[in-house]
Amino acid sequence: MEEIRILSPTAILGYGFPMESFTEGMKRKPHVIAVDAGSTDPGPYYLGVGKSFTDRNSVKRDLEIMIPAAIEAGIPVIIGTAGGSGGHPHVALTLDIVKEIAKEKSLSFKLAVIESELDKELIKQNLREGNIEPLFPAKQITESDVDESVRIVAQMGEEPFINALENGANVILAGRSYDPSVFSALAIKEGFDKGLAIHLGKILECAAIAALPGSGSDCMFGYLRKESFVLEPLSPLRKCTTLSVAAHTLYEKTNPYILPGPGGAINLHESKFTQISDNMVEVSGSKFVPTEQYFVKLEGVKKVGYRTISCAAVKDPVMISKIDSITQSVKERVINNFENYGIKDFFLDFKIYGKNGVMAMFDNLEEKVAHELLIIIEAVADTQEHADTICGFARSTMLHFGYEGRISTAGNLAFPFSPSDCKVGEVFEFNVYHLMKVEDPAGMFPVQYITFDKGN
Amino acid sequence: MKHKLIDIASVIRSKNSGPYELTFDIIFKDFETYQKVKQAHSINETNFAPLYKISNESIISLVYFDPAKAVKITIVRPLTSGALGETDVYGAQQHAPLMAMEIEF
Repeated sequence: MEEIRILSPTAILGYGFPMESFTEGMKRKPHVIAVDAGSTDPGPYYLGVGKSFTDRNSVKRDLEIMIPAAIEAGIPVIIGTAGGSGGHPHVALTLDIVKEIAKEKSLSFKLAVIESELDKELIKQNLREGNIEPLFPAKQITESDVDESVRIVAQMGEEPFINALENGANVILAGRSYDPSVFSALAIKEGFDKGLAIHLGKILECAAIAALPGSGSDCMFGYLRKESFVLEPLSPLRKCTTLSVAAHTLYEKTNPYILPGPGGAINLHESKFTQISDNMVEVSGSKFVPTEQYFVKLEGVKKVGYRTISCAAVKDPVMISKIDSITQSVKERVINNFENYGIKDFFLDFKIYGKNGVMAMFDNLEEKVAHELLIIIEAVADTQEHADTICGFARSTMLHFGYEGRISTAGNLAFPFSPSDCKVGEVFEFNVYHLMKVEDPAGMFPVQYITFDKGN
Repeated sequence: MKHKLIDIASVIRSKNSGPYELTFDIIFKDFETYQKVKQAHSINETNFAPLYKISNESIISLVYFDPAKAVKITIVRPLTSGALGETDVYGAQQHAPLMAMEIEF
């Protein structure tokens, strides 16, 4: 085999793609269609609660084009980080969609389902054996941190995908996956250079985001050869340029020269980016450097409570000038009111947009204050009921708070909605972001095969 | 001579690099300017840290990346993405202080 051709339809399964681009991709006779379905970017909630940040209809729309097209062409479809986070419920909800499509379209194919949610006892055993280390700047975990986690997933490399391909899977649906793995697995199985295959996967996982103009909802095509790979956007509106591709290599990474993943890192110090046509770029020189021992990345979240929020705006210039002392006084009043009643353990925050709201994560930055402010009152407590109580009480206290110099004595807040308060539900935080040493890169990712015959 | 980043860069952006890191990319308009900035090391730990009032130790890496004529700075995220007190889950709107940054070369 001289060349492996890979179609990446979209940046994240469910983000969509124009049919014209997909058809262009199929005309180029790809050997595989691959797609990344997840990310940690939307935060810890989705892994914790077992839901996807992508919409079910949007995911089904993409899959019901990809799967029949691949079966007709006799090529595999590989889906990584199913359901957005790759935990067991996330894989299950995507499996449900695949089954529905198989039935509706009377499809016949072999499906491999690879799970990535780990048993906590297994993690604790590895912790005791010294196989788990934090990924800076996360801190070392203890067994109680593992117990506290709602769900922990491990990122698989290409090995479990290669096994499933060797067992004749036509569609592979996998839990949490190192993003490039779904794109690089077939190529590595066929003996192509691992450094090039993974670097190509790094770029294809975001589909047309690496083109100019960039788009998360359009296709990208990759040609992997023995000494290099080539990228081609499939819409005539877009071009790959050496800069758009090199710039994408920076995206969401710590250091663009060294990109670590399961079993090793790709080293880009010798990478060359060459413009070979108006819209295509060739990349060569990227190397895979294996680590002495094989590590997989673990991601886990713990539940911290329930959230209720209230959005309100302020226009009064006197109030704006005193906003920090007002929120502080409101906070003290809330604490004082419920201290003896028994609601003591809560988090109450005022996010003040128009006064360094976006960058409040950095302390002591210089502030510029707008002529009106949006305030989000946020309460997190051990139950939804307590969060409602704290948020509601903070809101009513702030509405009628008699601050010094007050002229507008009818009310301090402008509410855009009735009801003013909104239950947001469970709240999670990341608490595991660690590396775990493994003997067998595929060993901890169980595979189940399901054969569909005319949809059944 | 002093230059404002917004005048000499075509891309200035921030984003999470995983839930525990925040990363900033500055892509220059042309290779000539980039080379001058790189040679003078005009963007460095000492002038980056004060922009965000963070310590130099919070900077995990500061790399000049020739293929993209870019400087990339990665820091410890002040809080883990989505933790209580979060203001920008994706970290995509933390770049503004860089736009006004003045550098010398």
